[in-house]
Amino acid sequence: MELALNSLPFLWDGLMTTLQVSFLVVVLALAAGVVLGVGVTYGTAVVYWPIRLYSDFMRGIPILVLMFFVYYGFPVIGLNLDSFWAAVVAMAAFKTAHVIEIVRGAVQSIAIGQTDAGKAIGLTFVQRLVYVIFPQAARRFLPPWINAVTEAVKGTSLISLIGVVDLMLAVQKVIGRTYEPMPLYIMGAIIYFLINYNLSSLSRMLERRFSYIRE
Amino acid sequence: MTETSKEPIVQIRGLGKSFGDLRVLDGIDLDIHRGTVVSIIGPSGSGKTTLLRCINLLETYDEGSLKVDGVEVGYQVSGNGARRPRGDRELAGIRADIGMVFQMFNLFPHLTAAENVMLGLRKVRRKSRDEARAIAEDWLAVVGLTDKLDSLPLQLSGGQQQRVGIARAVAMDPKLLLLDEITSALDPELVGEVLAVVRKLADEGMTMIVVTHEMAFAREISDAVLFIDGGRIQVAGPPREVLVDPTHERLKGFLSRLNPEHNWENAQ
Amino acid sequence: MDYGFNFTFIWRHFDRLGYGLILSLELAAVSILIGMVIGLAFALLQDGGGRGARWSVAAYVEIIRNVPLLLLVYLVFYGIPNIGGFSYSATTSFIVTLALYSGAYLVEVFRAGLDAVPRGLIDAGKAIGLNAFQRMLYVRLPTMFRIILPSLSNTFISLFKDTSIASVIAVPELAYGAQWINFNSFRIVEVYSVVAPMYLVTGYVILWLLQRLEKRFVVRR
Repeated sequence: MELALNSLPFLWDGLMTTLQVSFLVVVLALAAGVVLGVGVTYGTAVVYWPIRLYSDFMRGIPILVLMFFVYYGFPVIGLNLDSFWAAVVAMAAFKTAHVIEIVRGAVQSIAIGQTDAGKAIGLTFVQRLVYVIFPQAARRFLPPWINAVTEAVKGTSLISLIGVVDLMLAVQKVIGRTYEPMPLYIMGAIIYFLINYNLSSLSRMLERRFSYIRE
Repeated sequence: MTETSKEPIVQIRGLGKSFGDLRVLDGIDLDIHRGTVVSIIGPSGSGKTTLLRCINLLETYDEGSLKVDGVEVGYQVSGNGARRPRGDRELAGIRADIGMVFQMFNLFPHLTAAENVMLGLRKVRRKSRDEARAIAEDWLAVVGLTDKLDSLPLQLSGGQQQRVGIARAVAMDPKLLLLDEITSALDPELVGEVLAVVRKLADEGMTMIVVTHEMAFAREISDAVLFIDGGRIQVAGPPREVLVDPTHERLKGFLSRLNPEHNWENAQ
Repeated sequence: MDYGFNFTFIWRHFDRLGYGLILSLELAAVSILIGMVIGLAFALLQDGGGRGARWSVAAYVEIIRNVPLLLLVYLVFYGIPNIGGFSYSATTSFIVTLALYSGAYLVEVFRAGLDAVPRGLIDAGKAIGLNAFQRMLYVRLPTMFRIILPSLSNTFISLFKDTSIASVIAVPELAYGAQWINFNSFRIVEVYSVVAPMYLVTGYVILWLLQRLEKRFVVRR
């Protein structure tokens, strides 16, 4: 086990990359997912169907397949991305679909009467979203979303397969030098665990804070 | 504030609406004058709530014209006579001047009573926080809830929530107030406190259109009563004619179903 | 974009995709079955066991759910044989990994399902004199299975997609077949435009079949 602890410095850069990619993916997916989620909930058929198809497609294929397609396929159709950005694009596109579904579920669960009341006092569509719908939807949005964030962090491990030196690949490189896989895998597992477990604890705490809103 | 004119504040001509094959509203013609209280009664599914919700365009209408204070609510007529449905901003502006109180209260659960009243004042009327708070406090005092300013809806009884709903609507200084069966979801002992507030508003000259099942109350405060059935206005007139001394067959049937003990043959 | 679409290589080697798809389904099926045994056992343990049991199950669940599947696959395939001194095939190790992985998620599903059994049914069981074991066997478990059927079908479809991870240890399932074709022909767009629909359509077919199954069994609340 000392070995594992000694290897920590070598894992540091990998960890940073993992966190960077996770952060980018989460932020991009959140922004795109909220906008598209609102679009799919309130939009007319012209808006609804493309988003719906996109969401169903992304959720129906494995992330691995998408990642390889972006990495190997994009250059072929003219878009040259290095592995880091290919990974970010693929994962963000993938995660956006999940965020769309979470937003859709949260917003649709708000009673129609709330929209009526908002309209009745003269709020515009955007005002209704910001002051009436989102504050109430937040409670139903946050727990599944934080879950999606932990999935994203775990998903970043796949970028090791297209050569991005994240935590996963860093672990493997150290193993390549030391020939002792187990301690290092366990070390990697512990680090991932710490990140994600804290995120889910955060989610549980947030769930409790929002519980004052009556169903 | 526009100067008081003699024109009816609500003018409806030939209003029609269908849900698929069902004709929900059929050829409604109606004028509502400023400062009056009009009650609308009728069986469920008669179209009375739909009519009310058309006035602030929570429901759209298919045919006819509905004007509030001279402005066509549902669409705009362009130069060459073509109809264009109103955009989000325009509708918001129109709705800001019409107040509505709902059967299910529809208070914003994440805001306190005061904040519920203040939301429209701050975001639509663009008042400062202090101004909005002062107005909210005034109106919540009028409805008798000064001690509940900072309570959340889940801490309030049904009657209290509905009174907040009324304050929220009236604080916007609307030209017209729409009341959609506001006591139907209340326990009987809470109905009185809400009706007391409505009575106060009527006495102060607020124009109101009230959809209700409370016949005694309708008789007391209304200047006119409409009986709607099958999407049409079947009977219209002063309360005495409609509620006390009805001659219309379907109306008599409806009223006796509502109040079986009362003998509608010999009016009080 | 002047790229000549050429599917011939793919059709010539389609067996890798076809058999790969079947293997993916088999991997998912075996894993979910083992996972259900694990999940049910641990859910019952949590339901009836003492503090130690509840804590260990919770620990198992939390660890598996917070660690990437890829890492678990490597750990089981490379790590364990290394310290254990034995070796097993990639397919076996993947099944072990995926079964443990699905077991952790299924514990939650079973637990929620058990909790969702209406009190009234259990009371009825008591009223006709069934003891605790009989109530579990004849009332709670059958009802629970009907309640969780939708969750089980979602889990199965999820696992089906997760089998793509097996490609990293050269298990010849669908994703591996796609990569093989890609590396040997560079017909990347073609192969993925075949493989992506294969995943999608298979997912929908499974969903449809399981929904038909649900109609026959699901508890209407």
